[in-house]
Amino acid sequence: MTEQMTGAQSLIRSLEHVGVDVVFGIPGGAILPAYDPLYDSAKVRHILMRHEQGAGHAAEGYAYATGRPGVCMATSGPGATNLVTPLADAYMDSVPMVAITGQVAAPLIGTDAFQEADICGISMPITKHNFLVREAADIPRIVAEAFHIASTGRPGPVLVDIAKTALQAGTEFQWPQRLDLPGYRPVTKPHGKQVREAARLIAEARRPVLYVGGGVLKAGAAQELRVLAELTGLPVVTTLMARGAFPDSHRQHLGMPGMHGTVAAVGALQRADLIVALGARFDDRVTGKLDSFAPDAKIVHADIDPAEISKNRHADVPIVGDCREVLADLVVAVRADQAAGRQGDYEAWWAQLDRLRTDYPLGYEQPADGSLAPQHVIKRLGEIVGPDAAYVPGVGQHQMWAAQFIDYEKPGSFINSGGAGTMGFSVPAALGAKVGRPDQAVWSIDGDGCFQMTNQELATCAVEGIPIKVAVVNNGNLGMVRQWQTLFYEGRYSNTNLQTAPPAGGGKVRIPDFVRLAEAYGCVGLRCERAEDVDATIEKAMAIDDAPVVVDFTVNHDAMVWPMVGPGVSNDNIQYARDMAPDWDDEDEERATFR
Amino acid sequence: MSLHTLSVLVEDTPGVLARASGLFSRRGFNIHSLTVGPTEYEGLSRMTIVVNCDRHPLEQVTKQLNKLVNVIKIVEMDTDASVRRELLLIKVKADAASRSHVLETAELFRANVVDVSPDVVVIEATGKPEKLEALIRNLEPFGIKELVKSGLVALGRGPRSITDRSLRAVERSA
Repeated sequence: MTEQMTGAQSLIRSLEHVGVDVVFGIPGGAILPAYDPLYDSAKVRHILMRHEQGAGHAAEGYAYATGRPGVCMATSGPGATNLVTPLADAYMDSVPMVAITGQVAAPLIGTDAFQEADICGISMPITKHNFLVREAADIPRIVAEAFHIASTGRPGPVLVDIAKTALQAGTEFQWPQRLDLPGYRPVTKPHGKQVREAARLIAEARRPVLYVGGGVLKAGAAQELRVLAELTGLPVVTTLMARGAFPDSHRQHLGMPGMHGTVAAVGALQRADLIVALGARFDDRVTGKLDSFAPDAKIVHADIDPAEISKNRHADVPIVGDCREVLADLVVAVRADQAAGRQGDYEAWWAQLDRLRTDYPLGYEQPADGSLAPQHVIKRLGEIVGPDAAYVPGVGQHQMWAAQFIDYEKPGSFINSGGAGTMGFSVPAALGAKVGRPDQAVWSIDGDGCFQMTNQELATCAVEGIPIKVAVVNNGNLGMVRQWQTLFYEGRYSNTNLQTAPPAGGGKVRIPDFVRLAEAYGCVGLRCERAEDVDATIEKAMAIDDAPVVVDFTVNHDAMVWPMVGPGVSNDNIQYARDMAPDWDDEDEERATFR
Repeated sequence: MSLHTLSVLVEDTPGVLARASGLFSRRGFNIHSLTVGPTEYEGLSRMTIVVNCDRHPLEQVTKQLNKLVNVIKIVEMDTDASVRRELLLIKVKADAASRSHVLETAELFRANVVDVSPDVVVIEATGKPEKLEALIRNLEPFGIKELVKSGLVALGRGPRSITDRSLRAVERSA
């Protein structure tokens, strides 16, 4: 099947071939030829963003919501460099994404031409792979390869940089019948012997934990995880990237581990004699000080990326494979062990964990000055909006509270920037998620700092009819930085006050006023400053379905995220409130007996 | 820390050298030497990379290297099971008084004189890195004007080649 057309037409045809239905982007000089056939495409909807960074995060949000690669498009030079942050974000969190950028005409490459930037060179360390296309004839093959690489194995962002001359040139469209990527062969099928060894360790362990990471969600393995967890009776912890992979309401779920994890989850990993890591990467925010992390634990580490295994912590049983296949095989192996009478006894372990859970539940204090507690806002939001919605936080205190105080029951209900910690992720990612799943309620939960980095995309939401809801948890400060200044810099609040909320003790100045800002962008703006108004405000926002809604929840600025493992500190030194360490006593006795 | 020699079979595509070398630097590994050139197959190049690191970081860097889409295979060249060679060009002061001594030294190392001028000679030598180091040490007293090395290249001994399936790749899977 061949057909004469321009490279630009070939690009759009190729996107249609791989099933792209939405592209988030902004046109410009070098990519302009592509926008002409895009104008005619009946299959591909282009959403005109207000900043390329927004286009990139929207593509990520779309990918999280649909499981398919999100696509963003930008022109050369500054258009392309504005994609750097979302590319880095997608790389850190393994988000399937294809970025298409225009490049200056092929003969001008390397001459410092107008709007030229070596985006392939720039994005090399933050993409799974990238391509520079100089010839129109290469476009279909490279598009096919880009989508294949982005969406298989460990997913990630792929950038396709296309010279303007390649878009303009005439070519014969030919869709590749097969892909020729000799150096790209992801292993998905786990090794049977390793899986049986993992099952054996599970049966022998006294204090095992399933340490679940984002890979389980990427693999679509939530169901398999639940089967394994219930079959074995093992406690489960879900990392920030895995919230929603295992129901929060499940009895075996101990919550999130890490710097702001629950005492039960952190304690379980720390005291474990076996950690079964599934699609997780022993990130420093989970392990705390690495050499004191889970000192007695053997490690089973399953991941589709062999480079993650034994990267930070030595794996006693390495398993390379797709988490879904690993879990399915593990279930079979565990059943075989159980049929042969080999089954773990975790009763004493559960007694300890239940005590931790009972003694140190997540909690927060009501501010003494009567102002609104941010945790209350987020908790009520989760309770009223419910588990069917998607919650998309930015980065900082509000993100941690969103991870802690909302109960996630389903995959895809929590979408956030974990590895990169990209402030400004929320609004555009929520936009992309809403485009991917238009029937689902999508709540951006943003901080006042994050919100000001990308809120121009409210215009996109209003114009394109993408009715997201934004809860701005507005404490007038860069809250997490302020918390660290409180704890580690003697309360010297250097450059953290954004003045988006009236100063404590009165005054009315808000710069900007988020309600009026929302209205200026064609959204509905609401404000809530008192605990008694929270429920009604959320319900009012929910009742609006024909416009984006922004709610300015003006909250107390002294609230802090607890529990906390300080930076560079051992998980053993977790504090569940300021200067309050949990009592591990009876466990230490138990632990000693297992040494 | 010790030196390890990796033979890396790559697709001959633009940027593949930058991808490989960039990976080493951003993951904090020091490349001792790196050479690249065509192979017996069109479209495939072979890099020989000598890295100075411990065993565990070496595993990590080969795994990361394997993830590059243009990298086809990585084999670690054991000192005992491979032939390793380097090319040295060295410009040494050699006036009438010292010339015969310089030439004698070159001969001892089976090195060739490839350029002669009144006060200097250029000597070409190939061999294992240790041999070339010894040659340099012996020429030092005469006065070295400049030197250049090709970086190490290596081939496995015996009948197998890097493209054989039977030759086990380093850490394709953990």
